[in-house]
Amino acid sequence: MTEPVLAARGLTKSFGALRACDEVSVDLRPGEIHAIIGPNGAGKSTLIAQICGALAPDSGTVHFLGRDVTRETTRTRARMGLGRTFQISALAMQDTVLQNVLLGALGRAGRPWQFLRPVLRDSTLRDRAEAALARTGLTEMAATRTADLSHGQRRQLEVAVALTLEPRAFVMDEPMAGLGAEGSKRLTGFLDELRAEAPILLVEHDMDAVFALADRISVLVYGRVIATGTVEEIRGDREVQIAYLGETP
Amino acid sequence: MNREALFNTAVLALLVAVPTWALWADEPFTITLATRAVIFALAAVGLNIALGLGGLVSLGHAVYFGIGGYAMGILAHHAQSYTPLMEWPFLFEGTKSMPVIWLAAVLASALAALLIGLLSLRTAGVYFIMITLAFGQMAYFFTISWPAYGGEDGLSIYVRNGFPGLNTLVPIQFYGICLALLCVVLWLNWRLAKSPFGLALGAARQVPQRVETVGLDPMRLKLVALVISGAITGLAGALFADLNRFVSPTMFSWQMSGEIMIFIILGGVGRLFGPVAGAALYVLLEHLLGGINEHWQIFLGAALLFVVLFGRGGLVGLVAGREQAHD
Ligand SMILES: Nc1ncnc2c1ncn2[C@@H]1O[C@H](COP(=O)(O)OP(=O)(O)OP(=O)(O)O)[C@@H](O)[C@H]1O
Ligand SMILES: [Mg+2]
Repeated sequence: MTEPVLAARGLTKSFGALRACDEVSVDLRPGEIHAIIGPNGAGKSTLIAQICGALAPDSGTVHFLGRDVTRETTRTRARMGLGRTFQISALAMQDTVLQNVLLGALGRAGRPWQFLRPVLRDSTLRDRAEAALARTGLTEMAATRTADLSHGQRRQLEVAVALTLEPRAFVMDEPMAGLGAEGSKRLTGFLDELRAEAPILLVEHDMDAVFALADRISVLVYGRVIATGTVEEIRGDREVQIAYLGETP
Repeated sequence: MNREALFNTAVLALLVAVPTWALWADEPFTITLATRAVIFALAAVGLNIALGLGGLVSLGHAVYFGIGGYAMGILAHHAQSYTPLMEWPFLFEGTKSMPVIWLAAVLASALAALLIGLLSLRTAGVYFIMITLAFGQMAYFFTISWPAYGGEDGLSIYVRNGFPGLNTLVPIQFYGICLALLCVVLWLNWRLAKSPFGLALGAARQVPQRVETVGLDPMRLKLVALVISGAITGLAGALFADLNRFVSPTMFSWQMSGEIMIFIILGGVGRLFGPVAGAALYVLLEHLLGGINEHWQIFLGAALLFVVLFGRGGLVGLVAGREQAHD
């Protein structure tokens, strides 16, 4: 078995009396899409936040590229190549679409300490940023203020910013949410190709997308992983059907 | 040219035309007023880098203004009394040379901004405002109780400091120096806003978690912005003290901090010429209304209320509309 790129082991996080994540272990192997599904409030975003460094776990570890990064900051993990997208778009709304991807390119290059040279004149950054826009179909919107984008376009921009980082692993929190049938289908096709570049840990409610894309699925319910397996295994799992897929026993 | 560029050009044209007219009409007081406006504008351009670009609501920028003022006062005081600033470990004498004074003012206020930033940037929102305000008050009371440099009475300088090749005692020449510095700093501000640093800082203001997710440190970006901001306001402080040939603890007062912020709100937060338009308007109102009624600040308060409630983008916003997305 190949070494996982990203591995969470026994992550536990409580908010007061609420155990949002309870001994959660998931890993991400090279070339795969590992989907995490579960009902609202199951703890999926809490898990992502711990993996990416935004929340410190009460216990458990996170390993990335073979290194224990449990105590590392979001910044360090990002620089190591962890590319995150947010469930609720976190974009600079007053800036243009191009500026948002330029920020990603700037982070990737790791040199924001240039004070007088216009960022647009840096062709390395600009090429990287424009390539990400082209891949997500946002080229036309480059000069648009981000606040003026539609909801779906903001979701695309989230993915575009992650692309500029050229990450070693993607962690995406519901990238399809609110995209509409057409948009979901396009993004599904795109993620299908993307896994060749870097594996994707994909939190998603859209079951068509999950069943179409996932190499493996983990089901999270009340902060616990109740099953991990292939699409067929998860579809056939009684416990999952009862707990999540809404079928009566 | 869009409307904002036109507006900016008009403001610059006025800053050249009014003093030129005053020179021709032999109205030196008007030149002094214009100098005051330009120096205030410079102080506010400094704050606008922290506030407009970085979203840092610093209500203590009088600290940097005052440090710049005292840098001038202390250096000139030692020069005119022929006493060295210190003799050990090396001889350090006072000076009457503006460029040297400016350098000292910029370095001292940048250092202060670095220390204050390290201590205050861990907080946000109203706590940040209160901490910056508290630092201002500390500096104020410190200078009041520092008899070596005049304490409450401040320091007077007999002759304005010199600049190579110019006679700074001629009002229009000193005005020229101040306007040139303002233009240089505006140019820096303009470039800064378009630079990689400006892009990252603007994002750190809007969505710090995004900045971290791309591997950058929003805190460090804001710290550097505060240092640049403080240095510019410090330079303005040195010029202000030179204009008055006098420096006193009032330069550190919270009212001073408030005024610098008012210039920006009047003119337009985050707009390149916002602080310039705001400071000019303020000095004009102060002159016109101050002559009619000593409680002129009531009218200023009303104008400010109007801007905050209806103008949003200040004077620049009123004339040029909502800020264009940068290219
Ligand atoms: N910062 C917080 N403080 C307190 N409770 C929290 C916090 N963040 C999340 N929770 C709670 O933890 C639980 C898990 O939340 P989380 O956002 O991880 O769920 P999720 O699986 O991502 O749900 P969704 O599908 O709606 O996005 C929820 O009950 C939520 O209310
Ligand atoms: Mg969620």
